[in-house]
Amino acid sequence: MRKGWGALGMTITEKILAAHAERDRVEPGELITVKVDMVLGNDITAPVAIDQFRKTGARTVFDPNKIALVPDHFVPNKDIKSALQCAKVKEFAREQGIPHYFEVGRMGIEHCLLPEQGLVRPGDVIIGADSHTCTYGALGAFATGVGSTDMAAAMTLGEIWLKVPESMKFVYYGKPRRWVYGKDLILYTIGQIGVDGAAYKAMEFCGESIENLSMDSRFTMANMAVEAGAKNGIIAADEVTLEYVRERAKGKCRVFESDPDANYSAVYEYDVSKIEPQVALPHLPDNVRPISEVGEVRIDQAVIGSCTNGRMEDLRAAAEVLRGRRVHPEVRLLVFPGTQQIYLQAIREGLVEIFVEAGAAISTPTCGPCLGGHMGVLAEGEKAIATTNRNFVGRMGHPKSEVYLSNAAVAAASAVKGRIASPEEL
Amino acid sequence: MAIKGRVWKFGDHVDTDAIIPARYLHTSDPAELAKHCMEDADPRFAGQVQHGDIIVGGRNFGCGSSREHAPIAIKAAGVSCVIAASFARIFFRNALNVGLPILESPEAARQIEPGDLVEVFLGEGLIRNVTRGEEYHAAPLPEFMQRIVDCGGIINYVRQRIQDRG
Repeated sequence: MRKGWGALGMTITEKILAAHAERDRVEPGELITVKVDMVLGNDITAPVAIDQFRKTGARTVFDPNKIALVPDHFVPNKDIKSALQCAKVKEFAREQGIPHYFEVGRMGIEHCLLPEQGLVRPGDVIIGADSHTCTYGALGAFATGVGSTDMAAAMTLGEIWLKVPESMKFVYYGKPRRWVYGKDLILYTIGQIGVDGAAYKAMEFCGESIENLSMDSRFTMANMAVEAGAKNGIIAADEVTLEYVRERAKGKCRVFESDPDANYSAVYEYDVSKIEPQVALPHLPDNVRPISEVGEVRIDQAVIGSCTNGRMEDLRAAAEVLRGRRVHPEVRLLVFPGTQQIYLQAIREGLVEIFVEAGAAISTPTCGPCLGGHMGVLAEGEKAIATTNRNFVGRMGHPKSEVYLSNAAVAAASAVKGRIASPEEL
Repeated sequence: MAIKGRVWKFGDHVDTDAIIPARYLHTSDPAELAKHCMEDADPRFAGQVQHGDIIVGGRNFGCGSSREHAPIAIKAAGVSCVIAASFARIFFRNALNVGLPILESPEAARQIEPGDLVEVFLGEGLIRNVTRGEEYHAAPLPEFMQRIVDCGGIINYVRQRIQDRG
């Protein structure tokens, strides 16, 4: 269909959804049904989805190749109940012949793993029973989190109902300062608009600073769109994206971009050169301050890793800060590479040696500490700086513990100083 | 059908870690989850909540994780409905899918106080504050979502689709 009289162009989000609804055009607010290219679940959400799948009366999933099951939250199994949940997921994968099941030792944190394995591509629609599924928007895909029952419905039918979101445009320009990464841009943005500032909407990130941003930093930004309440975060695929997917993705990529006359409910412009490294103070991700205004906060733990910041760029930044230095005697530094491949690469580059010599503990990939599951739970009154995505009450352990969010370089510098600190202070 | 109960009131941005902390997510047994419902927001809640009680929250209720365990825990704790100024989107979908009644009403969220006795008429979207003698109105569900609720949730809807296929 040609654009009708007065019809505006479409955003990248609208174009991807229209293509998957087999329509020429969709409008914000419309309820549509779209075909999905990938359905994801983990060891917390998939067991509930499997029970719901059984209730549908279906014997087989719609397409075993379009389902990914990644036990990553409480693995390696932290207790007998967790082990039972993982066993249930494994058994379901075997029964249904799902090839993209990832066992400990070959796995990764789901949102680091799927792009690395080439299972998500530009132009795809991906739904996952995990709120940070929005990470894949960094590839120019539509990706959103849902619950277990929606996951079950999608595993059965290969489609999902969605309300077409309005889009908000975030334009970043200027050269970033030293020690500023995608994490700082997204924390700054959430600080500006609030934790429900993009509720139910698409956050479209663009501008020269995004074009110059690494793929790893782009994943970090899209990952935290949900912390502003967004349905999805998205960055149009460009040469950086295509270079990343070329050696990984199987099958065809579809590159979409927003029309110049697309409609946005709001447009924000940020001068990146004015943004310092950012820290989100307890207990919401929008409680953000520049590092210079955080003040004296002594810490007990520093966590570097997670689906937000467990990639090579993060580990390299942390190693750069930690090289030749020691972790403060009163601090535990935990480093969690996002996937086995990232872990191996970190070994090959000598980063792991730097971490161990600095006095850090290194773990196999797991979501454990981020959500207070295991491998780094906080005691009453303890404080942590973490490269993760949430600092809610009790997120990392005791309800009277505190989590501060930052990039990996700031977390590493803080581990050395024993208080929240900028790498510039070392 | 009318719902009637005493109100437990919470603030803005009640997140899913407050509703059911991740440390209890090694099970999806509703009765187990109910024992820890709202634990990090109000440790008294799980022990004192009565069957039929109503939760009233502010903006962005249920933000955070995609865990369906959150509305499951609330429902299993005996809560008859959640009223909030607004809901985070994944929680909204999950509540529909597990059959937990939710109503969006900024006015009700503002006016209702803890302990108020409140009556809710879901079909009409009417909220009656018996304690204060006030009435508030909630936005009706879009027709498509109402159909899913009428089907008894998305799973029944899917089952119907599969039977139609033969």
